[in-house]
Order: sequence, then structure tokens, then C-alpha cells
Amino acid sequence: MDPLQFFASSGLVIVAGKGGVGKTTVTAAMAIAAARLGQRVLVVELEGASGLGPSLGFDRALDSGTVVLRAAGERGCSGTIEGRMISPGEALTDYLDDHGMRRLSGRLAKAGVIDVVATAAPGLDDILVLGKVKQLERAGDHDLILLDAPAAGHAVTFLRSARGLADAVTVGPIATQASDVLELLRDPARCQVVLVTLPEETPVNELVETAFALEESVGVQLGPVVVNGLYPERTALAAALADEEGRAGSGDDGLLEAARFRLARQAQQAEQVARLSAQLPLAQVHLPFCFSARLGGDDLETLADRLVDQLGARAA
Amino acid sequence: MTARDEAAPGRALARLVTERAVIVCCGSGGAGKTTTAAVLAAEAAASGRRAVVVTIDPARRLADALGLAGLTNEPSPVPRFRARGGKQKDGGELWAVMLDTKSTFDHLVELYAPDAEQAERIMSNRFYRNISAALSGTQEYMAAEKLYELHDDARFDVVVVDTPPTRNALDFLEAPARLTRFLDHRLYRALTAPTRVGLRVVNVAAQAFLRTLSRVVGGDAIADAISFFQAFDGMEEGFRQRANAVDELLKSTDTAYVLVTGPRHDTIQEARYFARRLTDSGTPPVAVIVNRVHPRFADSVRPAGRRRPAKGSARAELEANRAELQSVANAEVAALEPLTEQVGGVPVATVPLLATDVHDLAGLGVVADHLFDRSG
Repeated sequence: MDPLQFFASSGLVIVAGKGGVGKTTVTAAMAIAAARLGQRVLVVELEGASGLGPSLGFDRALDSGTVVLRAAGERGCSGTIEGRMISPGEALTDYLDDHGMRRLSGRLAKAGVIDVVATAAPGLDDILVLGKVKQLERAGDHDLILLDAPAAGHAVTFLRSARGLADAVTVGPIATQASDVLELLRDPARCQVVLVTLPEETPVNELVETAFALEESVGVQLGPVVVNGLYPERTALAAALADEEGRAGSGDDGLLEAARFRLARQAQQAEQVARLSAQLPLAQVHLPFCFSARLGGDDLETLADRLVDQLGARAA
Repeated sequence: MTARDEAAPGRALARLVTERAVIVCCGSGGAGKTTTAAVLAAEAAASGRRAVVVTIDPARRLADALGLAGLTNEPSPVPRFRARGGKQKDGGELWAVMLDTKSTFDHLVELYAPDAEQAERIMSNRFYRNISAALSGTQEYMAAEKLYELHDDARFDVVVVDTPPTRNALDFLEAPARLTRFLDHRLYRALTAPTRVGLRVVNVAAQAFLRTLSRVVGGDAIADAISFFQAFDGMEEGFRQRANAVDELLKSTDTAYVLVTGPRHDTIQEARYFARRLTDSGTPPVAVIVNRVHPRFADSVRPAGRRRPAKGSARAELEANRAELQSVANAEVAALEPLTEQVGGVPVATVPLLATDVHDLAGLGVVADHLFDRSG
């Protein structure tokens, strides 16, 4: 009965999926859903992305300062939404500062060392970012941290970086950081990954691959899968089309073509959803296609409604 | 580009595939770059050129259609490319390559290592195995490298590349310069210095730097890296020259950039960013391709005096459906306007969202008919 159960079950939810499937939209809608249930939410975006702030009504991209995106009481939210960006460079500087290496951090930053180290030690920048996320999670200022992860292929490398580095580097602060991050990722009470896809062939294939890769190589808890962009089903459309086709010479081809198009896409989407269910034994949350090219505030509220409904049904 | 091109994006694209030596498809992930690259290459082949398409991560069924089922880093002819029958001009060939980052890197090492033994030493190094497969930026650099290699290959007239789905917009374009920057960086110099002049005389700053770094990353990683860079000794010049040559090709007039996007607001925002970055790099896009645009359906001509259909009737259901689809189509057109405006007179071609997804040569043909303005 209680959708809060999902949001309260772990403090960090990582939202991942192939490019173009609407990860950022889903992250924003989840933030709204959780804030409505009274949670203090922090949304986190990685360097290079820029859509999360604007999608939640902020007038520019998020930066490394935490900003309030929705205050308590705003738009029916009893909780709050805050947002920030994390970059590897700043994560390193913060880390060194916090570990008594303040003198070092200045020198490293000045030498442009992050760029070079990231080139030479793969995964290091990822681990720095995840380390920062871990620090935020540990700080406990928020009930829920939502991380808008990099696109699918990168998401696996991103999350795998902890294990890779833990294997490769056995001593030193980075090794400690890597094993701490790995511990966070593997603890279902602290972290889960929500994968997002579209009801289309390639995104579904990629999602299934990503899901298995993450479970096997990282050992992370997978939450429900979000299928985004499903055409709301017009149940009476097929009969209406048959009815109209039966009438001779209506002369209204556009009307019939539009119906055939919609039915063909709906059938194809249903087929992909069924395929996803068959290949991946995870619960699914379905979000509707919004008939506007630019998601407005109201669309996000609708998506949040659906999330609350479906996650609530699941928790019941 | 002239005003005429804007009016007829199909003609502009047709010129592109018959004239340019390199076509780079760029855009954000999920925009349909792979499919677009395959379509452009097939069209070039149909026009009588010997075309090769470099794909990064094709959908499985498309890979099957292109004969790429077995992962291969060497160009292979697309077996069933005969789909257009009589329309195809003589001499046209379609080849495809699936980029394998590690093999491409291995090939470079073999090319520049003075002897087989040094090449072997590098390739067996743990650090090398790490970076050649997983280093962020390696894939981008190797895609550019592969492009250069194929451009140089006398078997092909035109190379069409699908760029990797990068985290940051134009890593692909910047990859060669990034490698050069890396080779010039004092960290790299510090790592390689010991073999050159002997540890005793390594400058103090470099030693301090290394100590600093091992405190952060751990000594093992540094030791691995050092032995890698020592094995690399003497090859930087070759790599640097190669990186410069690749960079030159990417910026030459032989190379055309095609921006691939979808019709939704967020994807278009990213496309605008790409367009700006391309223009800033002196390589503005020569065409924009918008994939999966919702089709428009003809409006009804309601005879004067005829009333609106009754609520709940079949007719009302059909009209409601069309109105929904029409509102998406309208919103997409509006969302595209700022991009069209930003790229000025550059032709913008659209491909409609099809009733079924594209995953074979026939599907590619359907997309091509839309892109090149062939009706029917």
C-alpha cells in the first residue's frame, strides 16, 4: 500500500539507461514523487550533463553548489528537492582536503593532473565521483539521493570502476575509497539501480545486457525497471478503425492512417514489453508517452503520479 | 550551403555522399547515428563509390544485416548489399567494420614499435591492457584512428563513421589533440624520464610529482604505469605525428560532419550544443538529420453543416487519436525551429518515425528513400 516503502528502502538510487531513453526525465519525476511523500531528496548530475536542473524548473544547469529546486509546500510536495553536480576534479580536491592533503590538492589541480590521471588510470575519475556520492549518502542530510548516471555502456564501466580499482590498487587512499564505494553499491539497504528503457528493440536489448552485467560484475541491487514512453493505450481504437473501414468511401485517409500508425506502434511496444518481461525477471513500472515534444511541468507531475501509483501497488 | 540546399535537403545529402571522402555522423546517444551512418554509406555505394562504414555499437539485428555478426576489426563486404537492383551504379561497394578499440590500439603499437619484442612488452603490460580496453577517451581516439587508416586504404573512396556515444559532446574530435597533450604533459615526462637520463638526475619536481601521485593512487598502479611508459619509450614521436595527421584529416575539407538528432526538446538542446561546438572547432555541420519525427496525417475536410461526431462514437475515437498524434507532430516542429535557425542555411532532413523499427537492409532502404526524397 505504501509507495514510500520503495523510496525509503535505500538512501541512494542510481538511475541508468541508454542515451535518449529519458533517464533525466525519470530522475526528475522520481524526485517529485519522493518529495510528495515527504522525503528530503537530493538529485545529482554528473559533469557533462546539463538537463536535470532545467527539467525541474531551475533556470540553468546545476553546478557543484547545492541548490533548492523545490521547497517544502511547493506544488503539493511536503518534502524538498535539492540538486547539485559532481565533477571528478572537484571530487578529488574535496577528498584530499578532507583527508589532510590540502597542500597536495592545490598542486594537483594546478598541474591539470586530473585530465592526465584520468587518462592514465582508467576509472579513477569515476571512483572519485562515486566516492563523493558515498560521502553525501553518509552525511545523512537527505532521505534519498537520486543519481542521474551516464549512458548505459558508460554506466557499467562507471559502476564497475570500484571493483576494477579495488582489484588493481591494493593500498593507499584510492584503494580505501574504491572498497568503500563497492561496499555501498553492494548493500541493498543503501543503494539500488533503476534501469530505464524505451519499449523498443535496441533499448530493451541494451537494458537486459546492462542488467546482467551490473548484477554479475558489480553485485548491485536492481530495483524495478522503468519502461518510458509507452503510448497510452486507446482500447476502442481498433474497433473504431474496423468500423470506419467498413464504411465505404469515407474519403478520410488521414484519419485511418493515423489509427493504423498508432495501432502498429502500440502493438510493437506491447511486444517489446513482453520480451523484456520474458528476459528479465524484474518488476516493471510503465510511464506514458507525453504528447508534447517539450516536457512541461505538468507532464512531470503526471509521470510522478504514475510512479507513486505503480510503486505503491508494488509495495502492497 | 546555398538557399537551394535548404529547400531540398535530399539533393544536398546526395551531393555529400557522392563527393566527400569522410562523413562523420555525430550526435547524442539514441539519436540514430548508427542507422544513419549505414544509410549514408549504402547510398554512397549505390552511387557507384566504394564505401566503408565504421560502426561502434550496432544493434544486433543491424549488425547481422551488415554481416557483422562475428566481431571484426577488419572491413568485410556487406554480403546482401544488392537490394536496390538495377538502380545501383557499377563499381559501387559497401563494406562495414565494427570498431574494436583494443585491436586498433594493438595495430598502432605494432606500427610504431621499433621491433616485435618491444611491441610484445607493451601489449603484455597490465597497465596497457587496462587502458587499451577501458581508458575513457581510448574509444574516441581509436575511432578517429580507424577513420584515418581506412581513409588511407586504397580500397575505399569514402569512409562513413558512427561516433562513439561520448559522455562529453565532442571527445571524438578532440581525441587526437588530447593524446598529444598527454604526451607533452610533465606527468608523462616524469614517468618516462628515468629510462632516458637515469633516476639520479631526474629533476626534483618530477620526483616529487611521482611521490605525490603514489600517495593518492597507490604505488602498484604507479609502478605498472612507469613500466608501461618505459616500454613506450621512443615511440611517442610516431604517435604524436600520427595524432597530428588524424587531427588534420578531421579538420580538412574532405571531411563532412552530419549532425544526427531526434525531435524531442532535450535531444535538440544537445544537438544545438554539438552544432555550436562543431562550429567553434572550425568544422560546422554540413547537414542535420532529424530521425523519428512523428508523421503528419491529412486533416479531414468536414463538409459545411456536418456536426462533430458524437462523443464515444467510432469517429470521435479516431479523431481523438489523430489529434493526439498531430499535437506531437506540431510540438516537434516547434522544438526544431531553434536548431534550424541556429545552423542557418544548412539543410535539415527529417526521417519519420516508422510503424516498425529499422533493423535490416530493407529498413535502411526505407530510411534512405525518405532522406534522399524518393517517394514510393
